Amino acid sequence: MKLKSLLVGVGLLAGLGTAHAEDPFKVGFVYVGPVGDLGWSYEHDRGRQEMEKYFDGKVETTYVESVPEGADAERVITQLAKSGNDLIFTTSFGYMNPTLKVAKRFPKTTFEHATGYKRSKNMGTYVLRTYEGRYVSGIAAGLLTKTNTIGYIGSFPIPEVIRDIDATYMAAKSVNPDVKIKIVWVNSWYDPGKETDAANALMDQGVDVMLQHTDSPAPLIAAEKRGIRAIGQASDQSKFAPEAHVFSVRDDWAPYYIKTAKAVMDGTYKPTDFWGGFQDDMLSLASINDNLPKDIRAKIDATYEKINSGEFHPFTGPITDNKGNLVVPAGHTLTDAELAQVNWYVEGITDEVPR
Amino acid sequence: MIQVQARTDSSTLMQFASPIIAIALTLIFGSILFIILDKDPIQALHVLLIMPLSDAYNVGEMLVKMGPLLLCAVGLSLCYRANLWNIGAEGQLLAGALGGSAVGLLFVDSDSSLALPITLLAGIVSGMFWAALPTFLKIKFNSNLILTTIMFNYIALYLLVWAVHGPLRDPDGFGFPESAMFSDATLLPTLIESGRAHWGVVIAILAGIAAWVILSKTHLGFQIRVFGSDAPAAKYAGFSANKITWFVMLFAGALAGLAGVAEVIGPIGQLVPVVSPGYGYAAIIVAYLGRLHPIGAIAASIFLAVLYMGGDLAQIEMSIPTAVVGMFQGILLFFLLACDFFIRYRIILNKDANV
Repeated sequence: MKLKSLLVGVGLLAGLGTAHAEDPFKVGFVYVGPVGDLGWSYEHDRGRQEMEKYFDGKVETTYVESVPEGADAERVITQLAKSGNDLIFTTSFGYMNPTLKVAKRFPKTTFEHATGYKRSKNMGTYVLRTYEGRYVSGIAAGLLTKTNTIGYIGSFPIPEVIRDIDATYMAAKSVNPDVKIKIVWVNSWYDPGKETDAANALMDQGVDVMLQHTDSPAPLIAAEKRGIRAIGQASDQSKFAPEAHVFSVRDDWAPYYIKTAKAVMDGTYKPTDFWGGFQDDMLSLASINDNLPKDIRAKIDATYEKINSGEFHPFTGPITDNKGNLVVPAGHTLTDAELAQVNWYVEGITDEVPR
Repeated sequence: MIQVQARTDSSTLMQFASPIIAIALTLIFGSILFIILDKDPIQALHVLLIMPLSDAYNVGEMLVKMGPLLLCAVGLSLCYRANLWNIGAEGQLLAGALGGSAVGLLFVDSDSSLALPITLLAGIVSGMFWAALPTFLKIKFNSNLILTTIMFNYIALYLLVWAVHGPLRDPDGFGFPESAMFSDATLLPTLIESGRAHWGVVIAILAGIAAWVILSKTHLGFQIRVFGSDAPAAKYAGFSANKITWFVMLFAGALAGLAGVAEVIGPIGQLVPVVSPGYGYAAIIVAYLGRLHPIGAIAASIFLAVLYMGGDLAQIEMSIPTAVVGMFQGILLFFLLACDFFIRYRIILNKDANV
């Protein structure tokens, strides 16, 4: 320790201190999938690239892809911190405790964890209001379905996914009182094989509009083959299903990555629990298909506007769960903290949350 | 006409030279790969192969990675020596993680000194139990061990996923699929205070040595070897096939179970859905690289651990994508196995097409 500070002192004397101040600000990213997954990790990487472009050489980025959520995560995060990154984004829920542990050991580095709930002095969290996109998807699905059966490919039964299923169903039911929703769990965020199986299973049960909470384009490809409609997830997936594609709810992480990097550079950073949606330009409807009937297209645009302007929040009471309990009283809108704990299906979903 | 012929005697010199030739060939072809990608080949090779061992932290992490690989590979080596195609180390590892966690979570609020040994024991017994099921099916119904062990891998994985979403889920975890963190009394002590390397790797090395002693110095080991190379001869000599089968399978199950419980009460610190990035499958490569010799497995597990870590470091230090790292690892394994092949076989170019 003494030797190190001595060396730093010598460096300063030799005039290297000024050179040090001009070192680029380094930002590291940890991805759970390959950057080529065309979904979740792909979008985080797009955010990284946009951030790099925005800062025009002042920021240098590094990423590590396909990092398993087990014992490896902590090592990779540590190595990013060790190699001098000032800000590290860990972009999957399973990195929460590893990030927290590394943040404790590297108090001068800033950590940001996507979708988690643990924070510390130098660790914040960020998440998307994906339910906003789901609500618009639900409106489209409810209007488009002819069999009155929409399908949902779930990844893991965590609050984010449960919440999005609720938002989808509430929206669909608001325009189509007879609609039913079928849910299949694949227990993975990215598994084209399993996603295809799930998509086929749903279509076999009469589903003719499909949503997915997984990241590969496989369900859209399956939908295109069987001539039904599907809604893309995380990135613009229109090219995989030119006919079937309704629209994709696209994630855009760049605004948050730019904002956070700026704050850390300026020294104004404070760890928070950040939720980004339509209003923050972090969610958008990408490539709305031209083959949609005009009235449905108008309804999609209107619903988007209503949420984007803040006029409407999907989780405004009264909302009853499918066991008959009043979970959101009339006049109340769920707070972000309450949204993070949603573990009930709304009335009308004839299924149970897996326990 | 190309013919492959077994060599009657394999050269002792070449047995030692073959890994060196393989590594030399890899360095040449790997360098070409990196030059094509416009990366400095010397630096790339340094990051991939030397950097994982360059400081105390990295060595510690290498040991973390090596432990489960070695534990599984030692057990598999014995099974394969006995001509029993156990592909089930992954499932036995997951069973160990699950069984160990179920017991370890009983001690969340406890500081009992019994917490650690009981949890470890639970993991080992669970691994043995998971190995016992396909063993029983093989002995009782002569079922195909390869198929049953693979199927039990999936059953173990889904049991674990179910448990971590259900009964073992952290009640204060907002519904996310993770258990509570284990109490300090349950955690495996680390070898050095600052790192994550734990006693599991020491046990793994001792297990390797013990397996070597059993195999080469005991009557039981002799029986295993005879049984593996000529089952009818073993039967004729009066060796009990069932006894040998039970012994090697339970031994392998115990070690894989230990590897699993050591992951969750070691570097991870809680039960998560992704306990293993495929250690049980990678251990098959380790066992073969180590030529089914328990001591060889020690060297092979270090080697594979270094390769895995080098892959992450290459992404961090040199922005080499993980696909390229995978190609490099593939080149290396290809040459190692090819050189091994030429020790035992020769290729004869024969002009007589009738042969």
